[in-house]
Amino acid sequence: MPEVKKYDAIVIGGGHNGLTTAAYLSRAGKKVLVLERRYILGGAAVTEEIFPGFKFSVCSYVVSLMKPIVMRELMLPKFGLELLPLESTFTPLDNDYLIRTADPDETYREIARHSLRDAEAYMRFGPLMGQIGMAVRPILETIAPNAIRPSLSDLFAGKKLLNHFKSLTSEQFEYLTKLMAMSSADFLDEWFEFEPLKATMSASGITGTLMGPRSPGSAYVMLHHYMGDIDGSFRAWGFQRGGTGAVSMAIARSAQYFGADIMTEAPVEKVIVKNGKAVGVALENGDEYTSDIVISGLDPKLTFLKMLDESDLPSNFVTDIKNFRIRGSSGKVNLALDGLPDFTCLPGEGHHLRGAITISPSYDYLERAYDDAKYGNFSQEPYLDIILPSVLDPDMAPPGKHVMSCFVQYAPYNIKGGWDDKKREAFGDAVINALARFAPNIKDVILHRQVLTPADLESTFGLTEGNIFHGELSLQQLFALRPAVQWADYTTPIRGYYQCGSGTHPGGGITGSPGEMAAKKILSKW
Amino acid sequence: MSYNKQFNAETQLKLSPFFDRTSKLNESQEWRRWSGYLSATNYELTHENEYFAIRTKAALLDITPLYKYLIEGPDAQRFLDRLVTRNINICKVGQVMYTPWCDEDGKVIDDGTVQRLSERKFRITSAEPNLEWLEHNAAGMDLTISDDSVTTAAVALQGPNSRDILNALSSDSLDSLKFFWMMDTMFNNIPVSISRTGYTGDLGYEIWMDPNDALFIWDLLLEKGKLYGITPTGLQALDIARIEAGLILLDVDYISSRHAIVESRKSSPYELGLGWAVKMKKKYFIGKQALEREVTRGPEWEFVGIEIQWTELENHYRNVGLAPGLPSTAWRTSTPLYYNHEQVGYATSGAWSPILKRYIALAHVKSAFAVEDTKLQFELKVEHFRKLTAAKVVKTPFFDPERKRSCPR
Repeated sequence: MPEVKKYDAIVIGGGHNGLTTAAYLSRAGKKVLVLERRYILGGAAVTEEIFPGFKFSVCSYVVSLMKPIVMRELMLPKFGLELLPLESTFTPLDNDYLIRTADPDETYREIARHSLRDAEAYMRFGPLMGQIGMAVRPILETIAPNAIRPSLSDLFAGKKLLNHFKSLTSEQFEYLTKLMAMSSADFLDEWFEFEPLKATMSASGITGTLMGPRSPGSAYVMLHHYMGDIDGSFRAWGFQRGGTGAVSMAIARSAQYFGADIMTEAPVEKVIVKNGKAVGVALENGDEYTSDIVISGLDPKLTFLKMLDESDLPSNFVTDIKNFRIRGSSGKVNLALDGLPDFTCLPGEGHHLRGAITISPSYDYLERAYDDAKYGNFSQEPYLDIILPSVLDPDMAPPGKHVMSCFVQYAPYNIKGGWDDKKREAFGDAVINALARFAPNIKDVILHRQVLTPADLESTFGLTEGNIFHGELSLQQLFALRPAVQWADYTTPIRGYYQCGSGTHPGGGITGSPGEMAAKKILSKW
Repeated sequence: MSYNKQFNAETQLKLSPFFDRTSKLNESQEWRRWSGYLSATNYELTHENEYFAIRTKAALLDITPLYKYLIEGPDAQRFLDRLVTRNINICKVGQVMYTPWCDEDGKVIDDGTVQRLSERKFRITSAEPNLEWLEHNAAGMDLTISDDSVTTAAVALQGPNSRDILNALSSDSLDSLKFFWMMDTMFNNIPVSISRTGYTGDLGYEIWMDPNDALFIWDLLLEKGKLYGITPTGLQALDIARIEAGLILLDVDYISSRHAIVESRKSSPYELGLGWAVKMKKKYFIGKQALEREVTRGPEWEFVGIEIQWTELENHYRNVGLAPGLPSTAWRTSTPLYYNHEQVGYATSGAWSPILKRYIALAHVKSAFAVEDTKLQFELKVEHFRKLTAAKVVKTPFFDPERKRSCPR
């Protein structure tokens, strides 16, 4: 006899956004159940001890866009949110390097070593991007409207946005337009001349996206990354003590504090729909839970095409969801190390190891890496965004040992012939070789290595096609179009069924924002 | 000194070519940052002796962190005349002009001095890097712009005895070197340029040299200057002196329009008390059109001297049982100014003037309140509580000794 229990709301998926929605609904006094398929919470923001003593932020590895209001309202610092600063961005080169730090004098001096002009331009670029970020932020903080049949609150919010856009300076408007339309390479060429600086800056325009730095539209993704906000300072990325899983756990504890029930190893099979309305969920083990409201934190493909039957949905909507671009483009290599990498261009320890280390020596390097992916191969010489969590937080590894996180691009989901063990290892080797070019000792200090291809990200974490953002952050998939027109306000064609994952506005990254706004939308209609 | 490839173990900041000496002389080991350089705050444990060196003896300051650019070529004069608000066409070889420069909206980007080194060669100094702006405006002109910031080292020798020290060293007498003129000379066969300029409002000079000669020149100055009371001096003493002289400081009294992220942070020359340096009769300079409109309209803000009135200040302290509390160093915290309890401005830097025995400040006030002798109220914190105390608008420079400009017969 299957167990039946009634909740006010059920959240499918214990990722950080699902947990955020659950925490907000619980905070409003609703009885909420979170159902997580895996043994551990966090979704892609998860910390796991992959090798004994070595803890990894297995997928998502930095925090930048965590919304301040979410941190405050859910009291996350009380529940374990501790964001340590990532102090620098270090780009090793064959005979030199580039390092940018939090200190303006040091950064000026370092860039000036390569180009005096760039050093000056850089001083103006940051504040300008901050201003542009300010211009975009109200969009990110507005619940996306139903563009076909706007509600009264949609119209009100739309008017507010319109007024906001009227208040922009002509400079903000000019750059906003450029960022919407241009490639990150073209955009940065207007500002800088030193190639490794431009390439490194452009790399944030390709993250999680199957585009190269010269692909139009990549500039917007760069802006999205520029809005990183810790303690109100833009472009301040942080590392969560204990890994990104500790962010998810802080949200989970907050949700539990407000009264939510959370179950792990509870995979949902289907959303139960009766007369066009969601009434509960059925687990794979046959258990059923009923509730007035069901919310999916999964990506749009799973939310609609797996949790529901296509026949329950309008056919044009099904087409939109099928066309939603969710091409996985990245992989992850996690290393357990016996010692620190030693860079030929800047030997020894130093604060260059306390921040991001990025293998992005030139546009051509990145664009060639993209070319491989375009034709169905992983990059032979991939772009790497590396951090050494154990340098920032020694508890991540046994004393004297280290963990290294390598975000790798490109690794297309649709690789020729499909991913298999042999390709996974070859991909891992390419990553190590790309790093060894600049830090030759790396091969000698690796104790263990975990290689995650987009296929692994899909099978382990339920990220369709391995896309880390639940769908690319390209313009046609943002705001009122994320994930589909008319259904960008967290509602769905099924009454009582809502969505709250990164596939909704404002998109991916550890932000808590989709989860928060979905909860606020649900509560406004309750 | 070039940009080091390797990080320095001592500091991540730049070191001036005088650092080998200044670091050993700096008894307090207090340093500030100046344009990314490590720069002495004061050499002794307090700045008082250094301040009085500026006003009564001779103070030696390392001013290498200034940004310096060389402009050379047939169009150099035309270029600079378009760039800055002063009339460079009348600047003679060997003359120096202090000037601000503006963007197209007439908002000040930076201020500094233009030195005419020869018919076709100029040096311009600035507080912030300006290479980008200079190059941007040199398009199509026949000239070269080179960054001279690290290729020329400089010290300032300021104070009533400064001329005597230089005369004791120099192959040529400085007696006829007029205020804001410069000359080339030799110290022990080492060529140096000396300009009669400074940031103290006193008799003083700035000495420009090859960085390779820096330590030699420093030693020579200290050796010959000893009899005249030469004193290595840090930024804290300088800050008081420049306030007494009514001289503005970028990023303290105003923000460069290139870096001001909102319009209200930008200032025109008129709003900084630099109207005298804007030569509207010039055919063209960057920002002229906007400034013409501003002249017609009248500037919204003005930059004035403020004197905080003694009696009321003393009373505020007496009321809590204290002797008057005066700032021992110059302050840089924006401080509100009121007229009839409505805020009409803010002071951006201030100091107790030890030589004038007056509490003075530099302030932005709305034009209607900028008239001399206007009575304002200055916000003062007495024992943790905010008070308003009487202040009035006064003429700058607060301190303007005859010797600043005069020449011996």
